[in-house]
Amino acid sequence: MPEPFRAAAGAPDNPDQMLGARQREALLESQVERAFGRKVWSVTPGFRVDALGPEGPEHWRCRALIAATGTTERVVPFPGWTLPGVIGLGAATVLLKSQMVLPGSRTLVAGCGPLLVAVAVGVLKAGGSVAAVLDLSGPGDWLKSVPAMTAQPGLLLQGLRWLGAIRAAGVPVLSRRTIREVRPKGERLEVIVRPVDGERRPIPTGVETVFEADCVAVGHGLVPAIEVTRLLQARHEFLPQRGGWIAHRDALCRTTVEGLFAVGDSAGISGAAAAYLEGRIAGLTAALDLGRIDAERHRELSTPIAGRLRKAARFGAAMARLMALRPGQVEGVDGDTVVCRCEDVTRAEIEAALDRGACHVNQLKSWTRCGMGPCQGRMCGETAASLVAARVGGREHAGLWTARAPIRPIDLEALYGDLAYEDIPIPQEAPL
Amino acid sequence: MTAVGPSSREAYDAAIVGAGVMGCATALHLAGGGMRCILVDRGAVCGEASGANAGTLTMHMTRAALIPYALKGWELWTTAAEWLDGDLVVQATDGLSLAFTEAEAQMLRTRAEARRDAGAPIQIVDPVRAREIEPGLSERVILAAHCPVDGFVGANLTGLAFRNALVRDGVEIRQDSPVDGIDRDGATFLLRSGDEEIRARRVVLAGGVWLEAMLAWFGLHLPIKCLVNQLAITERMKPILKTVVGVASGLLSLKQFANGTVLIGGGWQGIGDPERGGATIIPDNLIGNLRLARYAIPSLSGARVVRAWLGLEAETADAMPVIGPVPGVDDAFVIGSVHSGYTSGPFMGQLLAELILGKEPALPLFDPSRLVVAKP
Repeated sequence: MPEPFRAAAGAPDNPDQMLGARQREALLESQVERAFGRKVWSVTPGFRVDALGPEGPEHWRCRALIAATGTTERVVPFPGWTLPGVIGLGAATVLLKSQMVLPGSRTLVAGCGPLLVAVAVGVLKAGGSVAAVLDLSGPGDWLKSVPAMTAQPGLLLQGLRWLGAIRAAGVPVLSRRTIREVRPKGERLEVIVRPVDGERRPIPTGVETVFEADCVAVGHGLVPAIEVTRLLQARHEFLPQRGGWIAHRDALCRTTVEGLFAVGDSAGISGAAAAYLEGRIAGLTAALDLGRIDAERHRELSTPIAGRLRKAARFGAAMARLMALRPGQVEGVDGDTVVCRCEDVTRAEIEAALDRGACHVNQLKSWTRCGMGPCQGRMCGETAASLVAARVGGREHAGLWTARAPIRPIDLEALYGDLAYEDIPIPQEAPL
Repeated sequence: MTAVGPSSREAYDAAIVGAGVMGCATALHLAGGGMRCILVDRGAVCGEASGANAGTLTMHMTRAALIPYALKGWELWTTAAEWLDGDLVVQATDGLSLAFTEAEAQMLRTRAEARRDAGAPIQIVDPVRAREIEPGLSERVILAAHCPVDGFVGANLTGLAFRNALVRDGVEIRQDSPVDGIDRDGATFLLRSGDEEIRARRVVLAGGVWLEAMLAWFGLHLPIKCLVNQLAITERMKPILKTVVGVASGLLSLKQFANGTVLIGGGWQGIGDPERGGATIIPDNLIGNLRLARYAIPSLSGARVVRAWLGLEAETADAMPVIGPVPGVDDAFVIGSVHSGYTSGPFMGQLLAELILGKEPALPLFDPSRLVVAKP
């Protein structure tokens, strides 16, 4: 068990934390009603938002609804990805930032995108060691992003400083590498690593290397969390460079459903800086649409933000491209590797269903139970859809899991509370 | 237009529009009677209600007049391994219907008696006996009705099992092919689907809640009401239920599958219509349904609900089925709107196929002409 560590007490020490602190303060001083510690499990047209909280079920009604639901992490499966100690880069970030706990004493960091560097540095700062950083991308991919990154020189510099710190700690940073397999070795994990080509396909003749660690933090990019906009039946489009399926929006973050806005990574991966600015634009536009401010005031307040947003979005888009899924990644998944870890469905079982004629992700779901478990397809969805897409001519044809409530599993006891039979409103009985 | 047929000129013996349980069963029996059939659907085989319903094979919720049909359907489902082809999970169990109040106990007695008269082996039992049959029952049960003929099917695999059987028996299947309308060329029907034209000597409309629109192709107005039933399922849990559990009003249906998931239904309504399909749940109705389930089976307290969904159920003006010839159109037939239709579906398809094949159906059909009204 790794020793928990505490962040140094005192003032926030980086730009992210300082921005966060300022926003929290502004929120406390505002008239915004706050309901934290709630799990939203349903949104329905109109709008009605249902949540479970400390007092049991509650709901709110509103005229405008802003979905700011962030992302889900994508992990393309490999043998051993379900072992204890193998976690997502996102999970490692939460452990480090929110829980202030090291994910392991020796962590191997693998996958793609900016989280690689952030997690490796986080582990080092917290006093852990990093076995290696394995990047699916090549140096050329990062170089292509540099022009866009100059739009946010602060973040670019931070990234370079972090990269320097990783190298200074003597951590191997390997480009175009992926995990072939993780297997238990005593109390630790043995990680077999192999090279990939520019399309992220494993190179069969490539030389394998082996690392040891007690935690593997691996992530293959971020996928917009579109549950809310899907449940409300906004129009969505498939844009792989922005993370996958996202709600179609106008320049002011309006979706195709009147009153429904989507902002931040949940509307297309664009990073924290852009999310903050999109949130402000959506808020102002909701106020405009509900008649609380006029068009002139809206323009006055939103125009300066729009300029900053363009820069921030350029940076975010470059990061999103690094994290976009390439077909080669899914092609390399072995037949006996579990794709749906909730229901234990392997790639071979998925391929068998496709052989039998399944031609849509929902048909695959019915036939194999892939995506039917507690995570409701959030973890296997990308891989499963890519496998269907390879047969039917693309992700648009493979389709999307039908949107279903609850957005997250709901605890029946919390819903039940303390009630008498007469409190259950029973509709008219069925005909005899 | 591309003409589709066994050869480009020759017409199919029958085209079935709608690949739910009713359409699939009719097609299988027609093929068994030697007819060359094509089954056409705008979506997947059993992709709507037939794949989304609770899979209950119960007599407790079946309309009394339909009990003889449901008993036959139950026999067909529980012997599905003999005539379908797939890993369909069919479980025969006891079924219980519960009463928690005096009013419900009275309703339970009346309903059990009507269904018993129609042939269902239902007995009224006291709470002690009920808990012997289902140890997980709430202490608050005051009376129960017990039927040894009950059970359930994992509805999600219905489509796969039917699809395999249809392929085996030589029925041609067109998925993702919406039919836009039907014309006639002498004795032959011409089904228009995109830029395809399917020629058939007989046509069977088996379109569930879409039957009203299909019958309009022949200029008939037969109103079909659309019920939007909500269902919910838990994550896998340890065994807590052996039987199918309902309540006197019919507004609860509970069962646990072999994989440990518990399915919770009972006809609580969501929002939707034939045009949009199931559009959205009604949160208060889901909460009510889940609370009623938890009230009946206290050990559901540890459950987490992972998914809720909607299935569309068709209902006619008199809530009885529409199965028989399309009034005024030779060689056209219709099947659907059967209460507890999943249970009796395989048998209903057999009955209609018997009529089409020129045999005497084993039980009476349900004449559609009684429901045709003048156009509004």
